[in-house]
Amino acid sequence: MRAERQYLEFFEANERLIFEHSCDIMNALRREAYDVFKKRGFPTRKVEEYRYTNVEAAFTHNFGINARRIPFALDRKRAFRCSVPNMGTAVYFMVGDRFVPAIKKEEKVSVEAFIGSICDFDRQHPGMLADYYAKLCCCGDNGIADLNTMLAQDGLLIWIGKGCKPASVLQIVNLGCGSVDLMTNRRVLIVMDDGAEAQVLSCDHNMEKHKFLTTQVAEIYMGKDSRLNFCCIEETDENNVLFDNVYVRQKSGSVFNGGFFTLRNGLTRRTGYVRLDGKEAQTNWFGGIIGDDKEHIDTNLLVDHAVGGCKSNILFKYVLDGESVGAFAGKVLVRKDSQKTDSQETNANLCVSPKARMYTQPMLEIYADDVKCNHGSTIGRLDERALFYMAQRGIPPKEANMLLQEAFLSDAIRQIQIEPLRERLKFMVEERFRRRLKGCGECELCVTK
Amino acid sequence: MLEIRNLYASVEGKAILKGVNLTIGKGEIHALMGPNGSGKSTLCNVLAGNLQYEVLDGEVMFKGKDLLAMRPENRSHEGIFMSFQQPVEIPGVSMVNFLRAALDAKRRYLGLQPLNSAEFLKLFREKRALVKMDALLTKRSVNEGFSGGEKKRNEIFQMAMLEPDLAILDETDSGLDVDALRIVADGFKTLRKADMSGIVITHYQKMLDYLKPDIVHVMIDGRIVRTGGPDLADRIEKEGFDWIKAEMNEA
Repeated sequence: MRAERQYLEFFEANERLIFEHSCDIMNALRREAYDVFKKRGFPTRKVEEYRYTNVEAAFTHNFGINARRIPFALDRKRAFRCSVPNMGTAVYFMVGDRFVPAIKKEEKVSVEAFIGSICDFDRQHPGMLADYYAKLCCCGDNGIADLNTMLAQDGLLIWIGKGCKPASVLQIVNLGCGSVDLMTNRRVLIVMDDGAEAQVLSCDHNMEKHKFLTTQVAEIYMGKDSRLNFCCIEETDENNVLFDNVYVRQKSGSVFNGGFFTLRNGLTRRTGYVRLDGKEAQTNWFGGIIGDDKEHIDTNLLVDHAVGGCKSNILFKYVLDGESVGAFAGKVLVRKDSQKTDSQETNANLCVSPKARMYTQPMLEIYADDVKCNHGSTIGRLDERALFYMAQRGIPPKEANMLLQEAFLSDAIRQIQIEPLRERLKFMVEERFRRRLKGCGECELCVTK
Repeated sequence: MLEIRNLYASVEGKAILKGVNLTIGKGEIHALMGPNGSGKSTLCNVLAGNLQYEVLDGEVMFKGKDLLAMRPENRSHEGIFMSFQQPVEIPGVSMVNFLRAALDAKRRYLGLQPLNSAEFLKLFREKRALVKMDALLTKRSVNEGFSGGEKKRNEIFQMAMLEPDLAILDETDSGLDVDALRIVADGFKTLRKADMSGIVITHYQKMLDYLKPDIVHVMIDGRIVRTGGPDLADRIEKEGFDWIKAEMNEA
């Protein structure tokens, strides 16, 4: 409990500050989360879901926590150029847990949509978030989420009203920023009312070379026939650690497309939980992960087919070089009465270097008898025959390796529904394999870093 | 153009080539015939630089340079092209990106500026038309889901793009029907620059009828045991290889 102690002591010493600089909805569960966290702490490697990631080690470092929520100076004009170009995006920044509004003139995406700070919303509309905040992620689910509930003071709310379909892609740029090694605890709440449609792109960048540890809990509510294209891109550096918990609940006819791309990050642990609660809901989770050096990327998914007639698709691909470590566990749970479930799960991995390691566990747990479920995983090396074929045509080994690695990730990238992003990501992946990518490579921040 | 002297090579520790001598002049087409397992494909792979094959002895000079000292990609840049018996499928790598990478590397090696996109695509379209390759195929990934005939035609298309000095056709005709065979042979003939040399491995007289080799060699047990004109191929077509083996035993 050594790592836990510093966070518990921090909470005890700063409880008043934390409460003061947050809002009612987030304060309501804080003490309960503290009690649970104090009792249970972080998950250890003895817990099956955390076998491959040493959580305690990641939290042991002495991070600062900005409980007073002192704003960091952000030159938005410079940072703005980090955006994926040509997408007509509405760009918002999250500096740590602080929401910074769109850079262009305060254009409202739509009257039926709210994009902003959870606390701002809670103060303006007390009680309206009661049905959503910390309802999918319950105290005691996992130690990291409990810690987040205990310490998180604000975060991002995206609420898309009934039938509302904002035309632009909502881009959230998460910036790690600060003059010391820093921990951020951030909440994300996305509420898609019935028939709402939205595209959300969330990118992580770092602005300084400090160590950053972020815990994030995202709760996503998909109303009837709603549709969300949600894509996360991590492109930070080896000092960055992210513990992301994504919870999704889907009502009937809703479609959730979740893309998770790790181009560069020190340690990523992503836990995904989706519950398909209404007929003909469809959930697609896909990801492309590039690991290098000593990077560590662990994805753990649970798709819960709580009712029948739903579809789930999982496709995660890892390319691991250097001494990087990848882990993937995906469990598809088909409950007793969930007949006519259609599920496909694939995890394919390429270990490019002999020292890279991959652990994969695709799992199916089926209690219904009329279902179509597939799952499979592969771990392989680059195809020697293809390499020789390419060499014979004059393509040098370095170039050939890169082409094959890019090609390996191409079907995961193809799943992205936001077309300009798909093209942009192809380019970014190529740059990443050419090892030129440090930051987004576009903005002055990244270029001068 | 190419001079092979006393070449010995093995694969997985098994000796396959046991002293091959072969000289090919500029613009000559040589046919290489012989029973299965006699070392024909091994010779092609050794020339192309496949690392699974180990050269034990001998030397190979190509355009006056030591070929065996070169990396496979540099052999390609120098002008060696091998058409594979079984072309490899490379899912996710588009034909355009594949050939672009190949051509760029070759031009860099030769000290030339890479073609710009417009120049490259113009060349790509011209060559595609030359070998009558379906435009839809070139939009796909390299060889992915191609039929046997399409794969072989794709080999000829790549050869057209790379304009080699020495083309090695390793049973390019295997698995082709008569029409496809003619297309491949026509393509080869069309592409053949006046000074391009070729090594053609085939079991089919038809292919030789189309390509009209200048010289025919017979390879048995890792050595070239007979060399002659086109009439040698005619006799093999009629009588097989047994008479050569018999003569060898007598000797």
